[in-house]
Formats: sequence, C-alpha cells, structure tokens
Amino acid sequence: MHTVEIGSELRDFVVTNFLFGKGDDLSDDESLLDNGVIDSTGVLELVSYLQERYDIHIEDDEIVPANLDSIHNLVDFVGRKSVNLG
Amino acid sequence: MCGICGVLNTDGSVADAGLLAKMISRVRHRGPDDCGIYTNGNVGLGHARLSIIDLAGGHQPMESADGDLAITFNGEIFNYIELREELERRGHHFVTTSDTEVILHQYQEDGEECVHRFNGQWAFAISDRRKRKLFLSRDRMGIRPLFYTETNCGFRFASEIKALLAEPSVRAELDLFALDQIFTFWATIPPRTAFKGISQVPPGCSLVVDIYGVRANRYWSLSFPEHRNCDVDERELAGELRELLLDATKIRLRSDVPVGAYLSGGIDSSVTTALAASIAGDRLRSFSISFDDSEYDERRFQQEASEFLRTEHSSFACSSRDIAEAFPDVVWHAEQPILRTAPAPMFLLSQLVGECGFKVVLTGEGADEVLGGYDIFKEAKIRRFWARDLSSRWRPLLLKRLYPYMDGIQRQSAAYLQHFFRVSERDIANPYFSHLPRWELTARIKLLLSNEVRTELRDYSAFDDLARALPADYGSWQPFNQAEFLEASGLLPGYILSSQGDRMAMAHAVEGRFPFLDHRVVDFACKLPPGLKMKGLTEKYLLKRACAGDVPQSILKRTKQPYRAPEGKCFFGKDAPEYVGEALSHGGIQSNGIFDPRAVGVLAEKFRSGRPVSTKDNMALTGVLSTQLLVNQLSGGQLDSCTQWRSDPNFATL
Repeated sequence: MHTVEIGSELRDFVVTNFLFGKGDDLSDDESLLDNGVIDSTGVLELVSYLQERYDIHIEDDEIVPANLDSIHNLVDFVGRKSVNLG
Repeated sequence: MCGICGVLNTDGSVADAGLLAKMISRVRHRGPDDCGIYTNGNVGLGHARLSIIDLAGGHQPMESADGDLAITFNGEIFNYIELREELERRGHHFVTTSDTEVILHQYQEDGEECVHRFNGQWAFAISDRRKRKLFLSRDRMGIRPLFYTETNCGFRFASEIKALLAEPSVRAELDLFALDQIFTFWATIPPRTAFKGISQVPPGCSLVVDIYGVRANRYWSLSFPEHRNCDVDERELAGELRELLLDATKIRLRSDVPVGAYLSGGIDSSVTTALAASIAGDRLRSFSISFDDSEYDERRFQQEASEFLRTEHSSFACSSRDIAEAFPDVVWHAEQPILRTAPAPMFLLSQLVGECGFKVVLTGEGADEVLGGYDIFKEAKIRRFWARDLSSRWRPLLLKRLYPYMDGIQRQSAAYLQHFFRVSERDIANPYFSHLPRWELTARIKLLLSNEVRTELRDYSAFDDLARALPADYGSWQPFNQAEFLEASGLLPGYILSSQGDRMAMAHAVEGRFPFLDHRVVDFACKLPPGLKMKGLTEKYLLKRACAGDVPQSILKRTKQPYRAPEGKCFFGKDAPEYVGEALSHGGIQSNGIFDPRAVGVLAEKFRSGRPVSTKDNMALTGVLSTQLLVNQLSGGQLDSCTQWRSDPNFATL
C-alpha cells in the first residue's frame, strides 16, 4: 500500500473516530494530543485499529507520542513496522 | 418534601387560582399526599405535599395566626424542635407540630435573617402581606430546587420548570449559553438554567420580590478561612468530626414516617447508615443498585456493609435496557441536558424505595466534595507535585495511581499518561488548574453543535462567566480548597444533587437527606488543613480515621469507586428503544437545529458498529440524546398529559 493511501486512510480514521467527521482543518503535522483530538481511550482505539488494519504488532514501549501523535508520525510508524515485517 | 409554586402579580391583577392549580398539578409527583392553594390579592401560593412531619397538621400553604404571613415550603428544617423551644420561650404560640410553622415564627422574629438559624434543606416562599413582598429562600448547598421567571403580569416561581410553563406566555426555549456551560462544566452557573428567561435561586441565596422587582441576597457561601495550624491533634479533630456527623444524622432521622438508607458499598453511605443504625436502634432498611456489568457493580461491598450493619437490604438490579427505557423519563424530570446516564438507575431505585413504602432515605452525598474524596483532587495534587520538578522521572509515575476503576487510563503507557496529565508553568497559575483536563475534554463535544449554533457561541466563553461567579477571595485559597470549591459549588448542586438527586428521587416522591451536607459539617470541613482531608494520596483521611470503628475494614480499605452506570452503549443493539433512532435521526437532529446531523450520524455509527468508545464519545452521545429529548418534550405535547389535577380528590383550597 502506498504512503499516500495509508495517510488518507489514517486521516479518515482519526477524523471519523475522534472528531465526529469534522476534521477539515486538521493538518498532517498537528499534534493529536495538544489539540485534544485524542483522549486516553483514543490511544487504545488507535493502537487496536493499527494492529488490525495493517496486521502489525505494537509493543508497549512503542506506544509513545513520537510514533502516534500526528497523521505524519502515524504514517511513518506504520511504514517502518510494515517494512520490518516484510 | 413537596412541590411548591406561586405568583406575585405586578400588573394590578389578582392572583389567578386557576393558574396556580395548573402550576401545582405539574409537580404533583413531588407531593401526592395533599394539595392546597392560597390567594390574597396579587399574591398566590400553591403546594403539593408529601407528608413527613406532622402528618395531620402540616397542611400548606400555611398562614400565621394573624393572617399577615403565608408560606409554601418544600424541604425540612431539621433543628425545628430546638428552634421551636427557643421561640416558645420568647412567647410564640404554636398550633401545629410542623417545621413549616417554625419557619413562619422564625421569620416573625428575625425577618429575612431567619435563614441563618435553619439547619436543613429547603426552598420556600413567604408572602408578607404588611410589607407587600414575597421572601424566597433556598438552602445553603442547593439540595432543594427553586426556579423563577418574570412575565408581563409579574413574578412566578416553582420547584420545577414545568410548573412555570403552565402559564402560556412562558416558553421553554433552550439557552445556548447554558448549553455551552453544560457541555463544559456538566452544569449551568446559577442563576442560569437550561432555558432562556428562566432562572434558579442560587444555593445559599434568598430573594425579595415586590412590585419594584427582584433582589437577590447571598446569605451563605462556601468559604475556606485560613486553616487551622497543621500541628492540631488529629485524634481530637477526628472525634469532633464523628460527633458532628452523629448529630447531623440524628436530626435527619426526625420524621413521622420511617427513614431508610441508600447503601452504595462505599465509605460515605456506610458511615451514614452505621450512624443511623446506632441511633435508631431498630433494624434499618437499606437500598442499593447493582449492575450486570462488573465494571460498575458494587454488590459485593453492599452485601458486606449490609451484613455488618445488620440492615434489611433490597437491591435493584439495573440492566442497560432499563437505563435506555427510563431515559426519556429521566430527562423529563431532570429538565436539563445531562452528559451521564447515571441518573437513570437513581430514578429506578427511588421507584423501588417508593414501592417499599418509604418516603425518606439517608444518603452519603457530599462527603467526596467537602472531605476530599474525588480522584480529581488527587490528580491535581500529583500534577502540582510533578510541576515542581518537571525533570523528575518518577514523579509522573504516581499518575498510575489515578482512576484505578477506569480501564482506559490503567492500560495507558507511562509516556501517554504524562501527556494527558501534562503540566506547564502557565497551567499552575490557572485558577481552574484542578478541573481544566476534565473541562477541556468535555468541551470537545461542542464539535457536534451545528454551524449556526457554533456561530452564535463564537464569542462566548463559559470560563469568563465562571470567573465572574467566583468569590472575591478565591485566588488566595489553597489549591486543594479551590478544587473543592469548584466541585462543591458547581457539579454538586448543578448535577449531583439535582439531575441525579432531588429530581430522580422526587419523581417517585422520595426525599433524600444528606448528613454530610449539614452546614456544621461543611463549615468544619472547610476549616480543616487540606492535608487532613487527603493525606498523601489517601482520600478522606480524617473521615476514615473518625469512622474506622463504624464500618467494615474491607470498605474502609477498598479502592474508591465513584458511582457510575453503563453509558452510551445502552442505547444501541437489538433491544434499543425506538425513540433513540428517531431522536438521533438526520431529520430529528436537523429539525431542532442544535446539532450537526452528519456529525451525530458519525458518532451514532461508532456506537452501532460496536467499536470501542471513549469517555468523550459517551458524554457526547448522552448529551446529544438528552438535549434532543428535552427539546422535543418541552416543545411537544408531553406537558399537557401531566395535568391530572382536575380529578384529584385531595385537592383543597384555603
């Protein structure tokens, strides 16, 4: 899957799940935490989605903002994990 | 406990008994035992009675012997026996044994200052014929409700908003600023209510109403004077607290009908039940709620407490379906949007209590607010401690001690926990430091509002309104006390005691009594050093020390679990009631214009799909659904269906 497609899919998931579909002004670099997009349960939802959708296993020590805190970070993270798998 | 209403016309017309009859009929659920109306010139009072004290002689509205005063009263003055003895020594003559008559005489003695003498929970109005005014008052903590509005004809008041709507010119139009406040603080800031033009008497306030207008007077407020020295004798203070609680409970057992107790399985209600059992001597009757879902269920502790305290216990097993089915009635009685389903089981529990023949129950409400019980206080304490050394690696690990009952928090990585509860220099100086994480999270649900509503609210800040409502010396209080104030003056009267308290109990004519909210207990608690309320991270430290011998050790030592109920998922699935789909449908949302139909559709789909949902999602769903139901009920036909008064054989006029 292309990075662009993954980016679009992840954006769609974030906007639908955490912003009730109202995410037109969410930029790809925006922090999901600082802007209140994601709450504590949200992180668990996000991790569970990534594992299922991209068939990857995420370790506890990978659940850190550096990996998950913007659309951009998410795309990079999924990319890295998928390569590792391959 | 009762329902009250009244009018004071300022347009020269006499009070209309027909209007009063219609008003009081709308709150007959609060007082099914008796009913009465009083009119005198431009003033009229109505009363629906739940007979608890002086069953034969307490008919209301009640007039003074000289006919100058008339009162309609909802609530209890628990120290009425002592006040009456004092008044009799001063030459007052009583014809009943009711607390209502004591209010009249105390007013004759002290005028508007009489309220300082009362220990209780009240909402009343006195018509003072000679001074040509109405005097209204509401208890210190806001236990009993009191709403009012002004029309072209004059002033109208009542226990519930639906009684004010008996007058055709009074409309229930949702106040968008109130909605903003509820979608931030979970409650409005008094005197605001959910509806435009309809106000509430704030807790601790009185009103004087005459032909010149309405004047409010605050006679009491929560305040935190410079606390006692930290080297005070803990044992002595614990003893003092227990004595106060014992007396607060004792006077709350004054009743001419049996008094029961809510037993949640936590410390607070175990303490009130234990103290009541020690005073009453007889085997006490206790009641509780249990849930199928173990995340919310506390039946093990309820059983332990009941066995230990030897109460005769009844439990209501509440299912998700029960909650969903009761929810429209819950909203009808709450009369404001709510973000939690937790009032629903309370509504069903009071039904059980009523069916068991009980009109009065003691409850443990208020202990968490005034004696340092909530995790939000602990959270603020940890965040503040961490902020003093932001580079510390171990200080933020204390965050794991927060919210042990919330799976979403417990499963979080340390890195994320630190982000959720992060602090900065700027936050520390914020007067709402303790509550900002909760309020900011809640305010996210405003994303669901329609573009039109969001445009209207663009320049509005609920925080500015809150700042204006804070006491002048709030800034000088210790942070822990500031947090307690926000909780005890905001959420407690605005949601816990109202939407989850009075309104759910009175829907089935059941009166709650709250020993922890005795003003002597509250004043005592406000003077305690914060370190005795929460010692380290031990919540309600002094209470636990004071009542260690009264309750089972297992309950004393258990992890605190605040009362919660299954939330948004109740409204979906194969058993979902039909009204849910209608209220959340594109057309249903669009016709009320408050929310964005597409956004609500996305939210509802998330619930329908069975995917995990967050705290925010639950608040959003419950908030949207309750707002929709409320608007539909009050603009629709439900109001007319509750006017059963015409066929009531108990209806009497003075």
